[in-house]
Amino acid sequence: MAQPKKPKLAVWKFSSCDGCQLSLLDCEMELLAISEAVDIAYFLEATRRVKKGPYDISLVEGSITTAHDAERIKEVRRLSGTLITIGACATAGGIQALRNFKDVKGFIDRVYAHPEFIDTLSTSTAIADHVPVDFELRGCPINKAQLLELINATLNGRKPNVPRHAECVECKTQGTTCVVVAKGEPCLGPVVQAGCGNLCPQHGRGCYGCFGPMESPNTAALAARFAALGLDRRDIERQFRSYNANAPAFREESEAHDQPSRS
Amino acid sequence: MAPNIGSKVILDRSGLDRLIADLRGRGYRVIGPVLADSAVIYDEIQSAADLPAGCRDDSEAGTYRLDQTGEPWLFGYTLGVQGWKRHLYPPRQRLFRAERGERGFRLLDDQEVEAPLALLGVRACELAAIQVLDGVFDHEGFTEPGYLRRRQNAFIVAVECGHAAATCFCASADTGPAVGQGYDLRLNEIAGQGNWLFVAEAGSEKGLAVLAELPSRPASPDQIAAAAAQPQQAASQQSRQLKDDAARVLAVSTESPYWDKVAERCLTCGNCTMVCPTCFCTSVEDVTDLAGDIAERWRRWDSCFTLDYSYIHGGNVRSKAASRYRQWITHKLATWHHQFGRSGCVGCGRCIAWCPVGIDITAEVRALADAERGR
Ligand code: SF4
Ligand code: SF4
Ligand code: SF4
Ligand code: SF4
Repeated sequence: MAQPKKPKLAVWKFSSCDGCQLSLLDCEMELLAISEAVDIAYFLEATRRVKKGPYDISLVEGSITTAHDAERIKEVRRLSGTLITIGACATAGGIQALRNFKDVKGFIDRVYAHPEFIDTLSTSTAIADHVPVDFELRGCPINKAQLLELINATLNGRKPNVPRHAECVECKTQGTTCVVVAKGEPCLGPVVQAGCGNLCPQHGRGCYGCFGPMESPNTAALAARFAALGLDRRDIERQFRSYNANAPAFREESEAHDQPSRS
Repeated sequence: MAPNIGSKVILDRSGLDRLIADLRGRGYRVIGPVLADSAVIYDEIQSAADLPAGCRDDSEAGTYRLDQTGEPWLFGYTLGVQGWKRHLYPPRQRLFRAERGERGFRLLDDQEVEAPLALLGVRACELAAIQVLDGVFDHEGFTEPGYLRRRQNAFIVAVECGHAAATCFCASADTGPAVGQGYDLRLNEIAGQGNWLFVAEAGSEKGLAVLAELPSRPASPDQIAAAAAQPQQAASQQSRQLKDDAARVLAVSTESPYWDKVAERCLTCGNCTMVCPTCFCTSVEDVTDLAGDIAERWRRWDSCFTLDYSYIHGGNVRSKAASRYRQWITHKLATWHHQFGRSGCVGCGRCIAWCPVGIDITAEVRALADAERGR
């Protein structure tokens, strides 16, 4: 009996730092198991050898920041069965979405000797803002265990165990003492999706929000608590304006604390 | 003279060390209070040297602070961050493991054998919480074997409170601070001449067998009186109260506009349910290996504040924060009576202290009652 054909996997890069693709390479031993289970057909970060599409599973890293990218992602969508976006760039626009709050043309004029060579959009946006996406895996970078679980679930045709509840659940599951309550330190955890493995609170530091908004984020209530802890408007704005600045819930909250223009 | 059940004897500090060593010698994993970073938690201990000497905590809504008093009290704190639920009903439990065979899946019988637990430092409210969970996990013919096994094998050393935190309200919940029944040993840590002593009493045959092995002497009337004064002192320090008619207030408040007010503050983070020593809700997850040859089923703590928890076919039945908070407090204080014949709240105050925005179950019941009266 012939072996059933292995599903073809492609890994794509848009505007990003490659950190999420590195998480995949970082899987090491498990990567061997993955390469047994799938045919890694397109993964430039790992090999220059590529196979033609279509692809059964596409992992997409990075955000859309150029007109060229906005066209290319449509082609990727066309070639892909299941399209999974990985990381804060692909799911929310990433840290580079800070540009969305500023005048990009002004930056270009100041930074580049020949601004005329720079061709970029004025925004950095999530892949799902451009094409339909089957699953968004959060994180800056993504968590290796969640990536493996997602690939595993996709191959086995089951629901991935990637909860959308708050990071606080990870604290309590691991037995980490809450930094807000025990130290009076700000922490984004109550409005951030779990999944990082409790990295920061476990080390006594508030959550930075790498995994973006949780399922029902009450950012206004948390911002009020931050104010009571002594954070001023600008601090609060900055809390919500980082790796997931353009995720709608965080975007709205940071804008609510935007300083009046200081120019 | 060997002690009897109910007779009060004195153990000195070395007697406490002997107790821990003796329990370990009998094969128990001894869990007790330890200092971890900025808080007292319950974790495995080897000897009395691991106990949080001199630590005193205080809590307010959304705040917990631990002080080092310099005094050598070992049980001067009130409560660990999380209760004994963590040990009797762990956050993640593997239910089974199975392997794909010729015909379907074959169950693998490879659960680890767990050592029995000795719980050292169980407060009155916590003993009540364990009794609440007993009612949940052995209910109308439905049993939870893992919990019941750990529970039946456990050895409980209760330590009575001499001091209450500002968030404690066991006196009004009628669960403490005096430790009633259900312990194997009960201790009171009292000041002696230049040192600290324990007034000890066995509450079961199992407890008596352990106590009889320890070096002890009969307690004096003064020492017995000092121990008896402790829970009275702790009760007199409590200012929070749960309204007597909380169950009625909730029963008539299902459509109260006040729920939207709570929802403005509630983060739906689930912290209250995770730290509550009686909240028992879980979700079940199936995992596989990459090839799909090994499957495991895991149970993990979940919360009525997560959306997945109330997702049923076709959608979520409690999408608004208002309905999730209402579900939690109504179950805890009202419908728990119908289901299990008592309140689900033992008055430990953990949900008040560990809520990042300080939502206070006692204050919310009062506010609901006021809103009801005003309508
Ligand atoms: S430390 Fe942060 S994430 Fe953890 S429980 Fe507290 S608020 Fe939630
Ligand atoms: S509801 Fe709050 S006070 Fe009552 S038992 Fe649970 S955590 Fe303790
Ligand atoms: S609620 Fe009562 S029994 Fe529990 S810690 Fe406070 S004083 Fe002690
Ligand atoms: S009541 Fe507090 S701890 Fe509970 S879900 Fe709401 S904000 Fe979180």
